[in-house]
Amino acid sequence: MGKGKMSAAAKREQNWGWIMVAPTIIGLLVLNVYPFIQTLIMSFSTHLGFGTYEFKGIGNYTDMLKSPEFWKATWNTIYFCILTVPIGIFLALLVAILLNAKIKGKSVFRAIFFLPMVCAPAAVTMVWRWIFNSDYGVLNSVLGAKINWVTNPNLVMITCAIVAIWSAIGYDAVLLLSGLQNISKSYYEAADIDGASKVTQFFSITLPMVSPTLFVVLIMRIMSSIKVYDLIYMMVDEANPALTSAQSLMFLFYRESFVAGNRGYGSAVVIWTVVLIGVITAVQFIGQKKWVNYEV
Amino acid sequence: MKSSSMGQSKKTVKTLTYVFLILGSVIMIFPFIWMILTSLKTMAESTQVPPTIFPKVLHWKNFSDAMASLPFMRMYANTILMIFFRVICAVLFSSMAGYAFAKLNFKGKNLLFSLVVVQQMLPSQIFITPQYQMLAKMSMTNTIFALVFPGLVSAFGTFFLRQAYLGIPNEIGEAAYLDGCNQWQTFYKVMFPLTTSSIAALAVFTAVFAYSDLMWPLIVNSDLNMMTLSSGLATLRGQFTTNYPVLMAGSLLAMLPMVILYLFFQRQFIEGVAMTGSK
Repeated sequence: MGKGKMSAAAKREQNWGWIMVAPTIIGLLVLNVYPFIQTLIMSFSTHLGFGTYEFKGIGNYTDMLKSPEFWKATWNTIYFCILTVPIGIFLALLVAILLNAKIKGKSVFRAIFFLPMVCAPAAVTMVWRWIFNSDYGVLNSVLGAKINWVTNPNLVMITCAIVAIWSAIGYDAVLLLSGLQNISKSYYEAADIDGASKVTQFFSITLPMVSPTLFVVLIMRIMSSIKVYDLIYMMVDEANPALTSAQSLMFLFYRESFVAGNRGYGSAVVIWTVVLIGVITAVQFIGQKKWVNYEV
Repeated sequence: MKSSSMGQSKKTVKTLTYVFLILGSVIMIFPFIWMILTSLKTMAESTQVPPTIFPKVLHWKNFSDAMASLPFMRMYANTILMIFFRVICAVLFSSMAGYAFAKLNFKGKNLLFSLVVVQQMLPSQIFITPQYQMLAKMSMTNTIFALVFPGLVSAFGTFFLRQAYLGIPNEIGEAAYLDGCNQWQTFYKVMFPLTTSSIAALAVFTAVFAYSDLMWPLIVNSDLNMMTLSSGLATLRGQFTTNYPVLMAGSLLAMLPMVILYLFFQRQFIEGVAMTGSK
């Protein structure tokens, strides 16, 4: 059709196209594009209260880069990723492989592992705080110890990581399981005939074949770990002496923007977090060429 | 000889599989059991050393105490309304846009679709402060509308349903068109009903994430009567730090509706999330 006059039918089609995308596009412009630009502008401004701002230049960013609390929050976030992502994905893969075997009660097991997904983090974190309670918690009773799981600055992130892994394992396992189920049985049959051991089969068939799914899970898990907020918010209240040791970037953002009212500074923290996510994701996409196998 | 030892090792692998899965399941389910058991103990019993496993007397009063400390009926209603409107909006608008992006030709399509893709990749926190300021300017904080606001449209839903429509052969739409349907009729009479499994997946996904969300409801609705189950429960995190039985009763009340739905529609929940995750 190209440059010439459109036929009546093509014109009608075009009008319908515009009408049907209109609600979504208008919504995205109002709810996302405009706020995105606002956040960017705010990160270069000081909040004077009641939603009015004054241009400040790069002041928020220099303040941020000079703040030990900010660097601590950045490190806490990265530390949280290091603690949760490798172990979490390893365990999820293990569960997925076990669930992929010919076993009875598969759907029951799957439902149990998935259960934390449908429970609000606000609710499940409450029970974990009770389990980790230093005086009356069941964990310390069993261990016969008096460990301050939540208030010891050196332990609090590990405690949060345990809850995070427990919460996400079923979700990741379900995704990995669907990847495993797509692997054709004939590969394993051929390997059996060749006399390859189960371990060899795992490394030469299962792992390469599931690597695209593994990559998706990895990317998603890293992104959501960098954005961690609700779990830490529930685990660590304002009176907790270990607060600065558990404060993630998004928690810092929340406290600066909505508790302290420094929305300009808070916006700079968000922009920094988005850049961090962008860089880490880009590195992942470059790195995937070395280990993700898209040939089937 | 060889085959019998093969059978032996196969049996060991199977036993180990069950052992690991049962052990894992116990770890997964223990917090929930402990929550239920604690919610039925008296405060004195819950802080007993060494702890009792089963409550000596079932102390149901914890539940009425939890109901007294938070407006649970309002929180249930707010949460249900928020989820209802978010799901309706996500399904309706995303279906329309997803269909148009997949099946129709119009000027600016690629540019507009790239807007959807980029937005879908950005974390929601980057929009939160200005979204809150818009609501504050409209004096719309502490309303149901405020809870629904960021979910009025869904970039993810649009992207996801576009995939669903791409999977439907063009011939089906063309046949309907030749039968005299216009574009809109082709969409809602013929194509829309073919995407029900994807719509169910999107609905489950939207509902679970709206229900779990904590930051947005905490920011926009500070009035306890306008809070969701998640944000209302979060207000207890500093208080009652010693009265865990009441806290557990409250957490249980907040979790119950979703867990019951999950028990009935377990397969749809899991497959829905797996579907939305893998695309």
